[in-house]
Amino acid sequence: MIDFKGYGWTLLEGLQLTLLVGVCAMLVAIMLGLLGAAGKMSRSRSARYAAECYTVIVRGVPELILLLLIYYGVPTLIQGVATSLGHDIIIDMNPFTTGVLTIGFVYGAFSTEVFRVAFQAIDRGQLEAANAAGMNQWLVFRRILLPQALRYALPGLGNVWMILIKATALISIIQLEETMRKAYIAAGATRQPFTFFLAAAGLFLGITLVSMFVQTRLESWANRGQPRYR
Amino acid sequence: MDFSIVAEHYPTLLDGALITLYLTLLSLSIGFVFAVPMALCRLSENFFLAKPAYIYVLCFRGTPLIVQIFLIYYGSGQFRAELTGLGLWEYFRSAWFCAVLSLTLNTIAYTAEIFRGAIQAVPRGDIEAANACGMSGILLFRRIILPKAFRLAIPAYGNEIIFTLQSTSLVSVITILDLTGAARKLVSKTFAVYEFYLTAAVIYLVMTYTIVFIFKWIEKRLSGHLQRAE
Repeated sequence: MIDFKGYGWTLLEGLQLTLLVGVCAMLVAIMLGLLGAAGKMSRSRSARYAAECYTVIVRGVPELILLLLIYYGVPTLIQGVATSLGHDIIIDMNPFTTGVLTIGFVYGAFSTEVFRVAFQAIDRGQLEAANAAGMNQWLVFRRILLPQALRYALPGLGNVWMILIKATALISIIQLEETMRKAYIAAGATRQPFTFFLAAAGLFLGITLVSMFVQTRLESWANRGQPRYR
Repeated sequence: MDFSIVAEHYPTLLDGALITLYLTLLSLSIGFVFAVPMALCRLSENFFLAKPAYIYVLCFRGTPLIVQIFLIYYGSGQFRAELTGLGLWEYFRSAWFCAVLSLTLNTIAYTAEIFRGAIQAVPRGDIEAANACGMSGILLFRRIILPKAFRLAIPAYGNEIIFTLQSTSLVSVITILDLTGAARKLVSKTFAVYEFYLTAAVIYLVMTYTIVFIFKWIEKRLSGHLQRAE
């Protein structure tokens, strides 16, 4: 059997943190995605422009640069502003928060595209019928748009989740104690880098396989009652 | 924010940008050559070709790129004795070789999936017509399937190129001075966090959108007759 020299448990602790970061970042990404999709489909030109800028920036800049920019840049910015106001403070960004915000920001742009396509795929006639029945905007969203968009959005969101959970490994670079970082520390302590990085790879592969399975089940559930080829 | 410091150090950043482009080009070209056979293996009816190809693609798409990079660069150190015996240690100790190797292996997996989807999306009617003319086997592939498949793959492959360009930023963690590496080195030297990371971000944006426009042009030239009227 593979000998983890006592570091096996810390790897699993790291996995816990990886999943936590992934879930939190996914929530941020979904919220930003809904906002972005609303912006792209809105009638206001500045909202569309802002949403367009958002996706352009995220598509063009590597995640690592964004991560470093936010982790090292935001404290500098806040300190600079505070100094100009007369206060002399030192603040540090928590790697967890930075990681969640950056990854959520990046994958929010991916989710924007997913949601935009999903909302546009809903039949316009349903909206007209809902307006004719006197529903207000929020009710229309809650009862008509959201349930149907979910069915179209699930495959895309599932893909976003799978890419997102792998991106959380980047946060190890700013020393968050998640799977990659734990593997790195263990590898350094035991001089067996291959064993531990292979174990980390195995853990991520496990997450991917479980996610693929769950996604298939969720899609079947979301497509229940829809006509299928026989 | 003082951008004159960027003007002072711009040669390092420019060298970094050139290394980024070179790394992208190198890994994409080698990856392309190997991805087509890999896609064909995936589609093969022979179990011993299809299953290993499937596992390869699953492993390299299911694990983060940074894990793969660490596995090859740091992990090979664990097998130093064996690799020296095979005469490969000189390669595996160099960061450049490890970076190109991991980027290439990763892009082979993603590109093979793109080509597999494209080959499967070639219209049945075309293949039937070719069979009716007596074409089969290699001739069918060479004259009908592959040209059509490449044309179908162009949008997705464009995305893959952008994805690879942004993944090259990860090799900065194994001490290669690509654009991100150069930016990090200059930031640690001068503490001008914003100036250098923002400049690097802008350079990546320019590179990405140049590629996006080139691909839009290629798509228009090759598949213009297939586009819907806008």
